[in-house]
Amino acid sequence: MNGPEKLDRFLLTDPLDVGCEQAMDLLHVYVELVAADPAAAANRYPGVAAHLAACGPCAEDFAGLLAAVIAETT
Amino acid sequence: MRSLTGAPAEREAAAARLHEVLLRIARSEVRRRGDLRVTGAELDDLAHQAAADALMAITHKVGQFRGESRFTTWAYKFVILEVSTKIGRHFWRHPTVALGAEDWDRLADRFGLDPALEPECRELLDALHRAVDEDLTDHQRQVFVAIFVHGVPLDALVAKLGCNRNALYKTVFDARRKLRSALVANGHLDNGSSR
Repeated sequence: MNGPEKLDRFLLTDPLDVGCEQAMDLLHVYVELVAADPAAAANRYPGVAAHLAACGPCAEDFAGLLAAVIAETT
Repeated sequence: MRSLTGAPAEREAAAARLHEVLLRIARSEVRRRGDLRVTGAELDDLAHQAAADALMAITHKVGQFRGESRFTTWAYKFVILEVSTKIGRHFWRHPTVALGAEDWDRLADRFGLDPALEPECRELLDALHRAVDEDLTDHQRQVFVAIFVHGVPLDALVAKLGCNRNALYKTVFDARRKLRSALVANGHLDNGSSR
């Protein structure tokens, strides 16, 4: 991907994106679904998946919670 | 979970056990994030504060737990979010960015745009700069420049402005949409992938 394409990807907004508040409300549910089946999680909650793809801070929280859940179950 | 709403002695013991677990998760999370300018005692203090505040939130909200996930996953979410908030606040103790002159080259680097090599990259950057100045509201411009030109983390800006992450994200979301529309209208970006 070249520079203009990267910029375009960054500026492109997804109307499915639910925003931080809704994504964080569902994060514990979404993380357990991802730990079991990532594709099913994205299908069940496309708005959360869209948000986590665009919001760095929420994606960081998601990664931290997923790491904690995986550490607990392994 | 039931122990957290039981008799006082039982509740106290459950809270102490939960705090121990939350502290372990908080320490693990601050280590996982890795890029902090927080080390040693300061880092452990941040983890302790996150665990204590998360425990307080959990004990207040335990009645809202609806069993949609394991209780531990629900509880861990609180401590992860507390770590984020505290790291955002901590940024201003050792800021690594100067909020003076705007460094638009940072934006060029972020997207791999090299104006020296490709004239169209310079045109695109100039058009973006113009759209930021002319198409965004003052608030949108202030937030966009702070995050993407100065490199201030979003959670740090949340702490500085005293707002919440959702509100700031919405500001950025609207700014991105406006900027893309402006660049498409001026022929700098293709409308093909627009949603």
